[in-house]
Parts: sequence; C-alpha cells; structure tokens
Amino acid sequence: LSNKAFPWFGMDIGGTLVKLVYFEPKDITAEEEQEEVENLKSIRRYLTSNIAYGKTGIRDVHLELPDLTLCGRTGNLHFIRFPTHDLPVFLQMVRNKHFSSLHTALCATGGGAYKFESDFRKMADLQLHKLDELDCLIRGVLYIDSVVSSGPSECYYFENPTDPDLCAQKPYTLENPYPLLLVNIGSGVSILAVYSENNYKRVTGTSLGGGTFLGLCCLLTGCSTFEEALEMASQGESTRVDKLVRDIYGGDYERFGLPGWAVASSFGNMMSREKRESVSKEDLARATLVTITNNIGSITRMCALNENIERVVFVGNFLRVNTLSMKLLAYAMDYWSKGQLKALFLQHEGYFGAVGALLELLHPS
Amino acid sequence: MAECVRLDSSTSTHTMDKSITLPPDEIFRNLENAKRFAIDIGGSLTKLAYYSTVQHKVAKVRSFDHSAKEASSDKLYEISVQEEVTARLHFIKFENAYIETCLDFIRDHLVNTETKVIKATGGGAHKFKELIERKLGLKVDKEDEMTCLIKGCNFVLRNIPHEAFVYAKHADSEFRFQTTQPDIFPYLLVNIGSGVSIVKVESEDKFERIGGSSIGGGTFWGLGALLTKTKRFDELLQLASKGQHTSVDMLVKDIYGGSYGSLGLTGDLIASSFGKSATANKEFSQEDMAKSLLHMISNDIGQLACLYAKLHNLSRVYFGGFFIRGHPVTMHTITYSINFFTKGEVQALFLRHEGYLGAIGAFLKGAEEDNPNQYSWGENYAGSSGLMSVSPEMNPMQRARSGTFDMLEMDRLERKLVNLPLLQDPSSYIPDTVDLIEDALAREYWLYCFEDALDGVVKRAVASQPDMPEAAERAEKFRQKYRHKLQTLRQQPFAYGSLTVRSLLDTREHCLNEFNFPDPYSKIKQKENDMALKYYQKAVKSLDELSWEERQFALVRGVLAGNVFDWGAKAVSDVLESDPEFGFAQAKQQLEERPWLIDSFDRWFERLKGPPHRCALFFVDNSGVDIILGVMPFVRELLSRGTEVVLASNSGPALNDVTNGELQILTERIAAMDPVIQAGLSEDRLTLVQSGSSSPCLDLSRLDKVLANVVRERKTDLVIIEGMGRAIHTNYYAMLSCESLKMAVIKNSWLADRLGGKLFSVVFKYEVPDGQPSQDSAAS
Repeated sequence: LSNKAFPWFGMDIGGTLVKLVYFEPKDITAEEEQEEVENLKSIRRYLTSNIAYGKTGIRDVHLELPDLTLCGRTGNLHFIRFPTHDLPVFLQMVRNKHFSSLHTALCATGGGAYKFESDFRKMADLQLHKLDELDCLIRGVLYIDSVVSSGPSECYYFENPTDPDLCAQKPYTLENPYPLLLVNIGSGVSILAVYSENNYKRVTGTSLGGGTFLGLCCLLTGCSTFEEALEMASQGESTRVDKLVRDIYGGDYERFGLPGWAVASSFGNMMSREKRESVSKEDLARATLVTITNNIGSITRMCALNENIERVVFVGNFLRVNTLSMKLLAYAMDYWSKGQLKALFLQHEGYFGAVGALLELLHPS
Repeated sequence: MAECVRLDSSTSTHTMDKSITLPPDEIFRNLENAKRFAIDIGGSLTKLAYYSTVQHKVAKVRSFDHSAKEASSDKLYEISVQEEVTARLHFIKFENAYIETCLDFIRDHLVNTETKVIKATGGGAHKFKELIERKLGLKVDKEDEMTCLIKGCNFVLRNIPHEAFVYAKHADSEFRFQTTQPDIFPYLLVNIGSGVSIVKVESEDKFERIGGSSIGGGTFWGLGALLTKTKRFDELLQLASKGQHTSVDMLVKDIYGGSYGSLGLTGDLIASSFGKSATANKEFSQEDMAKSLLHMISNDIGQLACLYAKLHNLSRVYFGGFFIRGHPVTMHTITYSINFFTKGEVQALFLRHEGYLGAIGAFLKGAEEDNPNQYSWGENYAGSSGLMSVSPEMNPMQRARSGTFDMLEMDRLERKLVNLPLLQDPSSYIPDTVDLIEDALAREYWLYCFEDALDGVVKRAVASQPDMPEAAERAEKFRQKYRHKLQTLRQQPFAYGSLTVRSLLDTREHCLNEFNFPDPYSKIKQKENDMALKYYQKAVKSLDELSWEERQFALVRGVLAGNVFDWGAKAVSDVLESDPEFGFAQAKQQLEERPWLIDSFDRWFERLKGPPHRCALFFVDNSGVDIILGVMPFVRELLSRGTEVVLASNSGPALNDVTNGELQILTERIAAMDPVIQAGLSEDRLTLVQSGSSSPCLDLSRLDKVLANVVRERKTDLVIIEGMGRAIHTNYYAMLSCESLKMAVIKNSWLADRLGGKLFSVVFKYEVPDGQPSQDSAAS
C-alpha cells in the first residue's frame, strides 16, 4: 500500500480553466476509516456526492475512471473543472474545509501554479508544489492512455474525414506512439514533438487558440460562455462571413490547385457593409470557430512536415464537446496532406496536465 | 491567396474630389508615343503602366576631317547636339476614384494607333473591364495575378538597386536597404492581400504557390469593421497604432504572473489573442481591439511564413500585398513577428515598388516580344516619386502637394549591365562608402552642399546653350525640380533607396537630362582637352628624361595632380573659375607631400620592380589635364612595361568626366604624336571601352557587359580607379580579387576633415587581395 497520505489531488491552473483530478480511494479499510480525520472525509464526501460545485465548478462524470489502481490503491479518478477567475472562491472553500490541516502537498501545474502561489499560501495556508505544464501534460497523456482499458477507447480518430456521410469516430491504439506531435489547445496553443516520455521539445505555439475563439465570439455575438458560443456556431454558416476561393475565381483556382470551397479570406466578406448587415451572430460564431480551427490545423501541418512526424494528437479543452472543430481538424490534416497525416483525439481532452501533476505527487520523477 | 480585394460600398462611396489636382501631363507623361498599356486594379488603387519613347538631346562629339578642312578650326573636335530616342517605362499609381478621369485623359492624348490591347490584372480588372474598353477602345486582356506579381518582383529585384529593405521602427534609420544580389533566386514572396499566398520563386519562369492562409488583410479589415465603428482599412490601421493590445490579449504574465522561464517565453508574450475579452460584461476600446487584431494577424502570418521558409530552406522572404503596402505599422508588426519566430535568422524584406509589381508584370507579359528582360533598366530619379510620398501617416504635407499620384519611371539603358568579374564577393559589394541615411551629419552636409552648388549648376547649364533663348527658362525648371528633390530627401532620405553622394549626383544628372541639358560641360571639356593636348609631348619628354625610379613617382604624382583639375568639386571649380591660368605645375604644388593621407606608394613601387601585370583596367575620371597629362603618360608606361591596358570611360556625360566618345578622339590624337600609344592601339594592347554609366561615381555591379567580357578575356590582373567620385565616394572599401590601385585627391575640405586629412590630401591605396602572394615577393 502506498504510504502517500490522502487526499490525492492534481491540479492544472490554466489561463481560462482550472482542472482538478481527485483520486477517491474505494479500498479504505475499517482501520483507516477510523483514523481518517474528519476534514478528509468531508472533502471526499463533498467532491463525490456532487457533480456541480458553487456556480461554476463542474465534475465531468462521463470521464470518471472507476476502479483504477494507482500506487497500490484502488479507487475512482474524478475530473473537475472551474473557471480560473473563480479561483478565489475555490481558495475560500479550501480554507473553510481546513485543507491545510491535512499537511499534504498540493501538486499544481499550469501558469496559475506560479501566478497564484502566494494566494494559495496567504488565503489557504497551502504550499504549492509547482510543476512544469508540458512535463505534466505528456506524463498525463501517456498514463491515461495506458490505464484506460474498458469503456470507450481513450484515443480515437475520424474515419473518412473528407466525407460527411461516412465520417465516423473510431478507436485507435496508441501502442507505439513515438514520434508524436502533441497539440494542446487551451487558451493558447502549444505544439510539442514527443520522441519518448522524457524526450520532447516545444516546437512552437500560437496565440490563436480557445481563448481567441471565445474572446472574439463574446465581442461579436455578446455571448459569455464556451457552451453558448459553440451552440451558436453549430447553427451558423461560415461561408456567409468568409470569402471563398470560388467567390473570387468563380470556381477552383486551378493554376494553384485550390478548390473553390477553400477559404480565401477569413471574414473577407465582412469588408462589405451590405454583407456585414446580412450575417447572423450564429454565422459569426461559426466563422470564428472555423478560422481558429483551420489556422491551428495549418500551423500543425507545417510543424509535422518540418519535424517529419505523421501522427498528431490534439488535446486541450478547446476540443471539449467541440466535435465541429475535431472533424474540421481531422479533415484538414487528411486533405492538405493527401492522407499522410492522421489526427488523433483523446477522451480526457483537457485533463492531462492535472493527471500529470497527480502522478508527480505519487511518483516524484 | 492572391490579392482579391473588391471594391465594396464601404470603400467606393466615400466621396472624394475627382478632379486631378496636378496637371495630368506631368503625371501621364510622354503619352503621345505611348504603346503597350497594362493596368492593375486593386481594392483601392489603380496602377497603370505604359511603354513610351522619350526624345531628348544628347551631346555628340565628332572629329573634324582634318585632311579636308585643315585650317577651319583650331578646335580638336566638334560638338553637336542631336536628338536621341530612348525607351522609358512609365508606371502611375492613383486612387480608383480617379480612374474615369484618367482614362479620359489618356484617350484624349493617345496618338499611337498601333495599340490594340491593354493587359489587365488585379481583383478589380473585370469590374472595370467594360469601362476601360469603352473609354480607350482597347481590348482588355486579363493576365493571371500571381504570374504578374512574380514577373514584376523579378524585374524590380534585378533592375533597381536598393529595391529591397529591412524595416526597423526604432532604429536611427527606419529603412535599411539591401544590396542587389547577383542572383536573386530563390526567394519566398508572401503576398498579403485579403488572404495570404506564399510563393516560392526559383527562376524567372519557375514559381510555385507552396501555401497560404485565409487569415490576411481581409480578416483584419472584415473583423476590424465588425469590432469597431471604423470601416476603412487605413483608418483601422491608424486606430490600431493608437491602441494597447495588452488590455485585450491574455499575456504569458497574465497566466504565469511573470515569464515562463523554462521555455524562454517572456511575460509580455501573447499567450491568447483576445483572451481577455472572453467575458460578457466588459467594454474594450476600439483602439485596443484593433491593435490586438493587428498583432494577431501579423504574428500568424509571420509564423506561417517562417514555417514555410524553414521547410523549403529559404532565407530571403519578401512581403507584399495591400496589407503591407507603404504601411509602417504592418511592416513593423510583420518584422517583429519574423524576428520572434526565427530568432533573427530570417529577415523580413520589403520592396520599395511593391505596389507596382502587378502592373509591371502585366506590362512585361504584354511586352514579351520586345524582350524587356534582355535589357538593363534604371530608375529615373527625376521622374519617380520615391517611397512613401503618398503615405498619409508618414507625411501629410507631401500628400497634399503631390495629390494622390505616385510615379515610377524606368529608362532602358543602352547597354546590358553586369557585375565586374573581378569583385571579390559580388553579394556583399556595396559601391557607396557612406550611407547618408545612417549618417545624419554627413547627410546634412551633403544636402547643404548640393543645394549650395545649385546656382552654379544652373548658370553653367544656361551658359552651355548660348544659342537657345529658352535655356534660361528650362534651367529654372531644372532648379525647381532638383531643389524639390533635395527637399524631399531632407524629409525622407530613404525615398530612393540608400541616400549617397552618388545618388545625389545621379539625381542631378537625371534632372539636367530631363530639361534637355545633356552635357553642360561639353564646351569646357573641349577647351581643356585642346589645351592639355598641346602639352602632351612636352610632358612625356620630361618624364622620359627621368630615371626609372624617379619616373614611377612622377607618373603617380602626374595622375594625382591631373585629378586636381575637376569642375565637379566645389573647392576646385571656384579656383578654376577665378584663375584660368591655374596650371598643371601649380596643381603639383598644391598636392600634399608624402607621406600622403593614405600612402602605399612604397609597396606599389616595389611591385613595379616585379614582373609586369598582364592587363590593367583603368577607370578614368576628368577631361583635360587629368586624362591627357596625368592618365595617358601612366598608361604609356604600363604599355611600355608590357601590360595591356583597358581604358574604361563613361558612356554618357556627367560633369566634366571624359566620355568614351571624347576619349576615342583624344586617343587618336595622342597616338598621332606618340608611337607608344600608336603601337598600343594598332597591336590591340590598348583598348577603349564604355563603362555603361553616366555617373560621376562608379557602381562596379552595374557595368557594361562588353567591358566585363574584355576584362575576362584579357585576364585582367590590375584594376585602377581614379578620382574622388569613383575611388572615395564609391569603391573606397571595394574588395577586388586582383591587385587594385585607388588614386584620388580630396577636393572637399569637409570630406578631407572627415578622413582626417586636409584639402588636397592624397589617397593612394594599393591593395593585394588576401591569400594572393604579392607579385613583388614572388619576384624577389
């Protein structure tokens, strides 16, 4: 049995969301139960008996990994998220629940582990153990992929991405994953080339990420949440906003092998006042989503070519409930590489950093 | 994506004065001979191109037929002014709002009826097709946009020195011009129109669109118009330049509280564009949003350009398209992005005539039968507006003065120009010694100096045409034009590429030619040549009486003393004008005593004791005493040593420099008196060639192809460059692959002061390239 004291948390504080993974032990002996302090029990009960916390905290029940053996203990792994701007509320709760009395280290990654370190200390009397977010990300990806055996496959891809009727989600086995391009789409985007668990490099990144999608959607449509923005996007038509190749050349631009449906200029139609007046908020949301997604796709494709890597795994919370973007990415990788590149996705999208942080708590590297 | 901005109601309806503010004949010049029209219509600007011929006067010299009219004149040769027709390319850029007025004007002035078609390109070409065909009666023949763009780009890169530049907003000089590369290929052209096209160009006819992006100028414009109340592209850029992106963007420090040290990401780096606006209950200023948008788009384009450059292993990346065109704001953000993503390994390059590429390319497509690429072309500084003259944010005054018209004129040069084969490294050769853009003090002085000399130049120009009563009027126009150029250069030193003494001199020559003063010094040169010839034999005789050692020194002193005779230098022209008796002997007395300011005479002298050079190429300077009593005896000695000599002189007149035409006559006359020269000519060991230039300075990367061939055939192993213009203002630091000798007398006290000498200080610079065993040691 692990001598690591409970509770086991891993935390990833990003620019937009805080991701928290919590291991709920199910193999607690009667002896342990007796020794367990009240604070610990109360935390466990609070987290496991709710699926929403406060106004904005959410437990992604569908991602829960039950009966997981971790460090010799068996239990359920829970996945919880809340907006980074609600971190003070979270800290207040931590303080109320006397978390600090448990004398446990809290492993945290993401920029917020650095930015809010002193808040944790001052408001909750907690010392953070800060971890590099890319180290955690990779560790988390590899771990989750290795432990998920039942239920839907952790890794999947889209079959026939170029044919909307035949396009279908299919399981994929990441048995021999290297080399791998790992694209993490959070508020911004980081692109990593991974050669082994401990050998990776950050190839590049872009500031046009999930934060840009939501930020522009809020300005353009007045929405306020990611879910709202996605909902609008699903109902809109981007071709009213974007200028396509066929809008300019009447069809394909054969001289350069550009198909007529390709976007020539994102938001290009919005140079015209009449067209600005004729588009809906849903159209604008859809165009924003398509623009950001395609851009990530083309930067990724260039990196894959430069690094000579054929497998690309997309992760990050931008892809949460965002089948539109995933299919677009799958399509773009396949079409522009003439089938050379494969886009892969993972069920636990945005939680890998937090998982990596938890693993660091249990197995310090 | 190709540039494909369309006119829409938001851009075309803003009202504008449709009358042309300048007399159109100063804009659409030489229309009467115009043929081969091309037009490139973009989203807001139209670019018109046409080929025309210009008739202007040239001064020719011709030997008198001495056998027939022995006593008719005591003059050496006759000067005649002839009409000559040269080819010129005209490119005019104006706002689309003027298009109808301009077409009307062209129709009314177009005489040439051979013209049947007009080549057209650009997104607006088909929108205006009907209008053009109706107004001009020409058939519109549409050409592929990207092909035109690349053709135009190749043309300007090849023919216009200092076409490309690096933009550095916070440097002393915003513009750092690049030297023309002997081989312009391969390169990457990133054209940022409404979308982005990334094109790899491998040769004149081979290019490939290797990629692109839909996030381009149209995205900035379209999103900008949605996010702000500003609907015009230029105004959006202005708005952006006033904003703070940090209130809209999520920076690394907003996430980390500081930098992300282990990855080297600084705190100020943008982590998520518009990341802070992901909230419903906050207002953002229009300026801030526009700025954030500008950064987002520039960074994205820069990043993709770098990824493509890396994949294709290209280091030369040019940016163009309406997003870039003359906008310091976008040139800055793109440059920043490229520097960031390549860590300085790739430089973002921009083009002075970027806006004209499509029109130039379309024109070239139409002119293929004239084969324009077999000629060399030169930018005419007199007829071209220069960079930024219509950029409102740079210079509102300038905009008001010139209306919204911008012109580029290029002259077809009579000779094909190539590199001197003896340049050590053609790709790093810079002709000019001082870049006046960077050196503010020197700029101040030289601009003053040229302005100060203007009265004298005007006077001389008038005096050179005593039989023409309207000469004074023309000279006055010349004065106004050149003064205006100098004023422009004071405000915008970068207007024509690097500002140098050479470019100031060349601009003056172009302006003089523009007003039909082809050779203001022709009579003075004639008189001086005549006078000097009379002393030739005496000079040679006294040299022959000297011992070999004495003679080598006397020959060098002769060249230097001869070089004091120069109407191009203010200090000397003052003396010459006030004291016509100022003689060769006195010149020698004026010369600095050894050791000279730069003095490698001893090494030269040692070298002369060794084996003779195989062939010497001598770039000569002034007429009169200089060429006849200074250079010719020196040449005579080289010939006597067994060295072949190639004398390179200007193709056309510049100041009192001896031209190839004049030198032909002079050499014949000297040969008649001097058996050594005579033998040299008859045995083909003394050759006269044209330099291909009409400048008082010398650009060794643009020389007559014939000269280059002769140099190669004769296995030239010594290059001699004489005079201040050719050896000090230019080529002072030029590195050659063979021995070289640079000789000049500094006839400008400011310059002398700068170089640590005084008036009439001597530069005698004998150089042997590194790694080449010097001949003297080999001989000893």
